[in-house]
Amino acid sequence: MSKVVRVAGGQGFWGDWPEAPRRQVEGGPIDYLMLDYLAEVTMSILQKQKERDPAMGYARDFVGAMESVLSAVAERGVKVIANAGGVNPEACAAAVQAMAEKAGRAGALRIGIVTGDNLLPRIDELLVSGHELRNMDTGEPLSVVRDRVIAANAYIGSTPIVEALAKGANVVITGRSTDTALTMAPLRHEFGWGAAEWDKLAAGIIAGHIIECGAQSSGGNCLHDWRSIEHLADIGYPIVEGNADGTFVVTKHPGTGGRVSVPTVSEQLVYEMGDPHAYITPDVVADFTSIHLEPAGPDRVRVFGIKGSPATDKLKVSIAYKSGYKAVGSLVYAWPDALEKAQLADRVLRERLDRLGLKFEKVLSEFVGASATHGPLAGDAGRDAPEVQYRIGVRDADKKKVERFTREIVPLVLNGPPSVTGFAGGRPKVEEIVAYWPALVDKTVVQTRVEVR
Amino acid sequence: MRVRLLDIAHARSGDKGDTANVGVIALRPEWYAVLERHVTRDRVAQHFAGVIEGGVDRFELPNLMALNFLLHGALDGGGTLSLKTDAQGKVFSTALLRLVLDVPDVEARALELPEAP
Repeated sequence: MSKVVRVAGGQGFWGDWPEAPRRQVEGGPIDYLMLDYLAEVTMSILQKQKERDPAMGYARDFVGAMESVLSAVAERGVKVIANAGGVNPEACAAAVQAMAEKAGRAGALRIGIVTGDNLLPRIDELLVSGHELRNMDTGEPLSVVRDRVIAANAYIGSTPIVEALAKGANVVITGRSTDTALTMAPLRHEFGWGAAEWDKLAAGIIAGHIIECGAQSSGGNCLHDWRSIEHLADIGYPIVEGNADGTFVVTKHPGTGGRVSVPTVSEQLVYEMGDPHAYITPDVVADFTSIHLEPAGPDRVRVFGIKGSPATDKLKVSIAYKSGYKAVGSLVYAWPDALEKAQLADRVLRERLDRLGLKFEKVLSEFVGASATHGPLAGDAGRDAPEVQYRIGVRDADKKKVERFTREIVPLVLNGPPSVTGFAGGRPKVEEIVAYWPALVDKTVVQTRVEVR
Repeated sequence: MRVRLLDIAHARSGDKGDTANVGVIALRPEWYAVLERHVTRDRVAQHFAGVIEGGVDRFELPNLMALNFLLHGALDGGGTLSLKTDAQGKVFSTALLRLVLDVPDVEARALELPEAP
């Protein structure tokens, strides 16, 4: 029988189900456990943590996840690939090593560390040498916000992960690797795919896209026939069974809840999709219009036909910069005429802000239970809604103004419209906004490094 | 015949910056043609008028029986800037499924489309 490589998704973001990694290694045979921790804003949070404590700056959940799968790694040869390193992969590796030593298993781990994605120390050098790092959405050059930048990381591809595996690592920790590379790399490593086998690389990327959001491809957050999806409490996370030719099957462990079907996989495929003809990654440009799905037994979907084309000569850079302050507060108004009361509260509050001379860059009012998520499309909520939550947020560069705003909400409980509750949280917190600045940089600028300990 | 998109398709949505994407997937293979013909870029732009600030792009994925829509200026700046409950566009999916299509009777009957209640 030809070789099949099983890559299991165990985390879809930092904050995902702590049980999932252990369930993936215990529920049946797998070769690789893939854990994705990084969203666009995560790097900036990690950068702030590192500034406060140089030993931080990585996804700390990963240490617990590693502890929960340590015996599978030590005894059964399961390998782990994670972008948990954030802005400090070395510290992440040290924390995992310390955990393994405590457990008496230090000898079982060979940790591969991938670095080189962090461009923060090099920003000025890059700007001076003509890399403008223009915002991909607005076209503005980075110099506009340069003094407020707190993190800058290039999205790196599969090559350094493949290198770490080739050097014998059984745990690979990266910084800002693309989510999809974490899945494609072990397939590329196991099957020896060349750097120009575009169709196969694209297949690996699409396998990665399918399992990078955890259970979102195995019945979680699935709208299709959602009532009939069984045992969500016991949901199985997705597993890719990859073949050398680039075809693969998406499945989950037997006996787990959830569902893997053409509709559940299709919903994940279209998630966060841009132009489906050109899903650009550092390794390859994948064509989502070439994907074919077919049922292949209970909770099994076969994926084939995938086409890819050569990668571009750029890497995407995720830059985080400070962009003012915001605060959001809320109150709950009860039947009868809950919406009308909440709307009156909004007019009263806005008039008070006006009288205080407070102008904000943005003020947004929402009425949860009437129109918060679908706006005018939701139609008339009527007079009979049992309750409506009045939710108001402001955003501004001036922290003092935002702080003053937070003191105007709770007073409405006694000096505004009636039938109001839900103020137990008191004044809302003022949050500093760390905004996202996507840019492109020449590939030649970024040199990744691999170290296996 | 009036046909609710909700009855002939499912959907998932997400974000990229200030843009929300909605992937709409036909519930039956033969209904993909209905999506392609009737869920046009203009129809969707009209549907979201007053809800989003920017334009709409449409991409076709007949292989997945799906259309992908990009709704620009949908998320109050998006990501951490946004003050919206749905800052990441997670439920634009069902907002699009509120669309009600006018499908010629002949076509609707031939494809056994469910009539809107």
